[in-house]
Amino acid sequence: MKSAHDSILKGEGPILKIEGLTVDFLSNDEPVRAVDDVSFHVNRGETLVILGESGSGKSVSTSTVMDLVDCPPGDIVGGSCLFDGTELSRLDAEGRRNINGRRIAMIFQDPLAYLNPVYTVGRQIAEVFESHDAARGKQARANAIELLRRVGIPEPESRVDFYPHQFSGGQRQRVMIAMAIALKPDILIADEPTTALDVSVQAQILDLLRDLQRETGMALVMITHDLEVAASMADRIIVMNGGKVVESGLAQEVFSNPQHPYTRRLIGALPHGEAAETSHRRSTEIAGATLLKVEHLTKEYVLASGAFAGKRTFRAVDDVSFEVRKGETLGVVGESGSGKSSIARILLRLNDPSSGQAIYAGENIFEMCGKRLVAFRRKVQMVFQDPYGSMNPRMNVRSIISEPWAIHRDLLPRSNWKDRVAELLDLVGLRPEHAERYPHQFSGGQRQRIAIARALASEPELIVCDEAVSALDVSIQAQVIDLLADLRTRLGLSYIFITHDLPIVRHFADRILVMKQGKIVEEGPTSALFSAPQHEYTQSLLKAVPKPKWLMSTEAPRAVPGAPRPERTRNGSMAG
Amino acid sequence: MTIISPNANPAAAPGASRVLLGYLRRDRLALAAAVFLALFVLAAILGPWLVGDAASRLGLRQRNLAPFSLEHSWIYFLGADTLGRPLLGRLIVGAQSTLGIAAAAVFSSMLIGGTLGLIAGYSERWHSHLILRLADVVMSFPSLLLALIVLYTLGPSITNLVIVLAVTRMPIYLRTARAEVLELRERMFVSAARSMGAGPARILLRHIAPLVLPTLVTIAAIDFATVILSESALSFLGLGIQPPEFTWGAMVANGRGYLSTAWWIAFWPGLAIMLTTLSLNILSNWARTVADPQQRWRLQTLRKAAR
Amino acid sequence: MFSYIGRRASHSILSVIGLLTLVFFLTRLTGDPSALYLPLDATAEARAAFAKLNGLDQPIPWQFAEYLKDLLHLDFGQSLRQNRSAMEVALQAFPETLKLAFVAITLSTALAILVGSLAAARPGSLFDRIASVTSLAGASAPDFWVAIVGILVFAVGLELLPTSGTGTWAHWIMPIFVLMLRPFGLLVQVVRSTMLSALASPYIKTARAKGLRRQKIIFGHALRNSLLPVVTVAGDLATSLVNGAVVVESIFGWPGIGKLMIDSIIQRDFAVVQSTILVTATAIFILNIAIDLLYAVLDPRIRY
Repeated sequence: MKSAHDSILKGEGPILKIEGLTVDFLSNDEPVRAVDDVSFHVNRGETLVILGESGSGKSVSTSTVMDLVDCPPGDIVGGSCLFDGTELSRLDAEGRRNINGRRIAMIFQDPLAYLNPVYTVGRQIAEVFESHDAARGKQARANAIELLRRVGIPEPESRVDFYPHQFSGGQRQRVMIAMAIALKPDILIADEPTTALDVSVQAQILDLLRDLQRETGMALVMITHDLEVAASMADRIIVMNGGKVVESGLAQEVFSNPQHPYTRRLIGALPHGEAAETSHRRSTEIAGATLLKVEHLTKEYVLASGAFAGKRTFRAVDDVSFEVRKGETLGVVGESGSGKSSIARILLRLNDPSSGQAIYAGENIFEMCGKRLVAFRRKVQMVFQDPYGSMNPRMNVRSIISEPWAIHRDLLPRSNWKDRVAELLDLVGLRPEHAERYPHQFSGGQRQRIAIARALASEPELIVCDEAVSALDVSIQAQVIDLLADLRTRLGLSYIFITHDLPIVRHFADRILVMKQGKIVEEGPTSALFSAPQHEYTQSLLKAVPKPKWLMSTEAPRAVPGAPRPERTRNGSMAG
Repeated sequence: MTIISPNANPAAAPGASRVLLGYLRRDRLALAAAVFLALFVLAAILGPWLVGDAASRLGLRQRNLAPFSLEHSWIYFLGADTLGRPLLGRLIVGAQSTLGIAAAAVFSSMLIGGTLGLIAGYSERWHSHLILRLADVVMSFPSLLLALIVLYTLGPSITNLVIVLAVTRMPIYLRTARAEVLELRERMFVSAARSMGAGPARILLRHIAPLVLPTLVTIAAIDFATVILSESALSFLGLGIQPPEFTWGAMVANGRGYLSTAWWIAFWPGLAIMLTTLSLNILSNWARTVADPQQRWRLQTLRKAAR
Repeated sequence: MFSYIGRRASHSILSVIGLLTLVFFLTRLTGDPSALYLPLDATAEARAAFAKLNGLDQPIPWQFAEYLKDLLHLDFGQSLRQNRSAMEVALQAFPETLKLAFVAITLSTALAILVGSLAAARPGSLFDRIASVTSLAGASAPDFWVAIVGILVFAVGLELLPTSGTGTWAHWIMPIFVLMLRPFGLLVQVVRSTMLSALASPYIKTARAKGLRRQKIIFGHALRNSLLPVVTVAGDLATSLVNGAVVVESIFGWPGIGKLMIDSIIQRDFAVVQSTILVTATAIFILNIAIDLLYAVLDPRIRY
C-alpha cells in the first residue's frame, strides 16, 4: 500500500498533527468560539480518545479535519491540520476528495440519520469504491457484501439490498463502519459511535472497532462523553472542556492521576465499583409498610393486523409483579424494549394495562376514576428523562411549578403560591429569582431540578423517575442523584427509579428489578444483585459495562477475527 | 422602585424586535416589500376617507383619459376609466375591499379551521373522523371550482364571498393544527400535565393551543396572498363582488372589454394585485429564513474575530 | 399494496359521493331549482310544468334518491343548452383540458427542479437571487391579468400570436405559459428550500466524508431525497391547475372543462355542471392515488 510505503520513507512521525486550531461560529453577536487553540496529534495504529461533555468542541475539531464545517457560518480562525505531510486547509476540492473516504474516514453517532434513507446499504457502500475509482459495478457490489460480512451483518448476500431503516440500531452502526473501512483508511474518526445504543450492543461495536484496528493497523480517533467507553478504548486521551484541551496524556495516567480540576471532577463523578457499596445515597432503613403492590401487570399491543396474517400481539409488559415500600428506592433496569418505561406510563395511568392490578393505599389504581383518580395523581408524581421536553416552553418556571396547585385547587390558596415556589426552588438548590425565567434559559441539570420541584409541589408520597438522569452529563448526574437521595431522607419519599444504566442504580437503589422483553428476570437487594447475579442476562449486562483497556491487555482477544458474533435483530416496529 | 430601575431589563422585549429589524434591513427586497405593504395597508385604512368622493365622481371630460398626464389633478395620473373616474383613486378605494375581504376570509378560516383541527387532533371520537373526511372532500377538489359552484347557488355577495373563500382555505389550517396537535399531545409536557391530573380542556387550551397558534399565524400570512388571488379571479369571472362594490379583480374585469382602446383600465389594478401578493410572498420567504436556525445566519452580520 | 389501492379507491368514491351530495343539497335548499334552470321571465305555469317534468315537486330526500338511482344507471341528465347527454358534453371537453394541464405541469415541474436545485447548490449567488425573484413573481401573478396583458402585447400589439381559439401550435403558447406560471413559481420555492435542508442533513455529511464528487452529492443524494416533498406539492398543484384552467380557458376560448363550467354556470345548464364536477373529481382522485403510489416508489420507508 502507498501509505505504508510513505510511512517508511518519512519515519514514525504522527500521521495527523493538529496545531493551534481555532474555530468560531458567526452570528449577530460576537462570534462563538467552539474550538480554542486546540493541538493534538495521532500516531499510526493508535487509539486517541477525545473526551468531553456536550458543547466542549470535541466534534467540531474533528469535523474541521474532515472539512465538514460549513463556512459561513463556521469560521476557521487559525491553526493547521497536517496529514501525512499535507496541509489539509490548502487542498482544493479534488485533493480533498482523495483524502476523505480514502485516507481518513468517519462514522457518526446516529447512523439512521447519517445513512441516506432512499438508497440500499449496498449501493451506499459500493459508492465509496466507485467514487474513488477502486472498483465498480459487480466488483463494487461483491466488495460491499464482503465488507458487510466482515462487520458481522448476517446473510450479507441478501441484506446488501436492504434499506437503512430495515436494520437494528447496532447493525446500522456496523453498516456505517463497513462504509468507513472500505478503502482501508489510515485514520478512522468515530464521533460518539455507541451513544445511542444499549450496553450489550455497545460492547459488540467496541469489540468490532478494536478488531478492525488490529487487522488494518489504522489509527482510531474516538470522540465520546462516556468515561467508561473512553477508558476501554484509549491508548492516549485528551480531555476537552469549553473548546480547550484541558488535559492530555496516556489513558492510564490520566484516569489514575488526573491533573486538571475538570478531569478530576469528571472522574470523581464516575461510580467506581466497590465504592458504591458504602454509598450514602442508599436509604439507611427500609422498615416502612407497603406503599404500592403491583400484581400480574400485562400490557399487550396489537401489531399491524394484515389481511392474511391475522392479529399479532406484542407483550410490552408480561406478567410483572412487585412492591414498593415506604421510604424505599426501587431500581428498574433494562435495555430499550424491555418494557420498563411502559410500566411507568401504566402506573401513572397515561396508558391502560391489558390486565393485572396495582394496589395503592388499599385501592386498585386501574379502577380509579373521577375524583379518586385526581386525588391519586396528587400522591404519585413522575420525573421524565428529558426535563426540557417535559415542560411547556411557553410557561415560566413559576407557572410550571404552580401548575399542580392550579389543577388541584384545594391544595394551596393562590395567595401562597409565590412563596411556596420560592421555597421549592430553594429546596432543589435554585434561587427564588429563577421563577420568572423560561425553561430554555437553564442548563439540563437545572431543568431537572425544576422538574423535581414541580413533582414535589403536590406533596407526593411516590415519585417515578423514568431515565431521569440519563440525558445529563456525568458530573451533573451525580448532583441530581444526590439531591434525590437527600429529598428522600428529608421528606420520607419513595422512588421507582427506571434506568438502562447499571452503575447509577448501584449507587442509589435499595432493591433492583432487572427486566428483559417485558419480564422480570431477576430481583433482589442491590448489593446481592451486583455481587452475585443469578440470571444469565444480569450477568451479561454487568459484563457489558466497558472495562479499562489497560486492565484488558493481558486477557485474550475478546473476539476471533472473521467470526463475529451475530447481534440480535430488534424489530423496529415494536413499542416498549 | 419603578423610578430607580428603568434599565433593569434592557435586553428583553425591545431586543427581539431590534434583532428582527436588523434581519429585515439585511434583506433589501424584504425591506422594500414591507414598506410597500405598509403603504397599501395605510391606503386601505385611510383611502376611502381621503379620496372616496373623488374616486366615484364621473367626469365626461376625463373619459378614457390616458395615464401619465398631469393636465388634470394628480389623482388622474394613472388615467381614467370609461366613465371618467380616476383610476388611482379607485385603486386606493379598491384596496380597502380587496384587503378587507381577504383579511376577513383568512381570519375566519384560521379561527374555524384551527378550532376544528384542535378537536380533530385531540379527540378520537366519531366527530373527529367526520371533520377530517369533510376536510378531505374540500381539499381534494379545486378551490376555484368549488367556490364557483357555491357562489352560483348562494348568489354572489360580499358575505358569501368571504364564506366561500374561508371554507375553501379552511382545510389547510385544520390539517396543520391537527398534525401539530397529534405531535404535541405525545410530547412529554402533555404527559406530565396529564400525570399531574390536568383535564382535556386545560391541556388543550393551556398547553397545546399556545404552541399551535404561531404556526397557524405563519400560514395565514402566506395564505393571504392566495386568498387575494382567488378573490380577484372570482370577481374577474363575475361571480365575486358585485357593483357598485368593487375590488381590484373586478376592476380588471371591467377593463377587459377596452383592452385595445384603453389598456390602462385593466392593467393598473392587475399590477396592484401582483405587487401586493409578491410583497407578501417575499416577506413570508424572509420570515421562513429567520425561523430556520440552519439558514438564519444568512441574515446576520457575521462579525469575524480579529486575527 | 392492492388492499391499499382498494381502500383509497373506496375512500375516493365516498368523497365523490359526498361532493355530489353537497352540491345537490346546496342547490335544492337554497332556492327553487327551476329558477336555476329556466329563464328569469318564465311564467308560473311553465315553472310548475318544469318542476313536475323533472320531479322537483317531490320532497327533497325523494329527489335525492331518484338522483342517486339515475347515477347508478349512468344517467347524468340532459344538457339544456346542447340537447344531448350532459356527460357526453363533459367528456368531450375533458381531453382538451387534460392536454393543456399535462403539458403545463410536466414542463413546469421539470423546469422548477432544474432551476431550484441549481439555485440551492449556490445559495446567495446571482443565479439564486434571480431565480428567487422570478419564481416568487410567477407564484404571485394573477393569471387572468397575465393572460390579458399577454393578449394585449403579443396578439393585439405585436400580432405574433392568435388572441384565442385552438388549431395551430401558436394557439398553445399563451395558455401553456399562463398555466405554468404559478406551479413553476411555487415549485422552484419548494425545490430550493427542500434542497437546502437536504444539503444540511446528516447523510450529506456522510457523503462528504466519503469523498463523493460535488455533483454526485447535490444531484445523487440531496435531490433524490428532495423529490418526495416535490412530488406531493406537484400533485396538489396539478389538482389546482383546474383553477387556472377555468380562467385561462375562458380567456383564450379553449374548449376545455373550465370554459364549459363557466359557460354552463352562466347559462344555467345544471346537469352539465354536475357532470363536470363528477368528471373532474374522478380524475383528481385517480391522480391522488397515482401520486401515493409514486411516493412509495420514491421512498422505500413507505409501504402500504
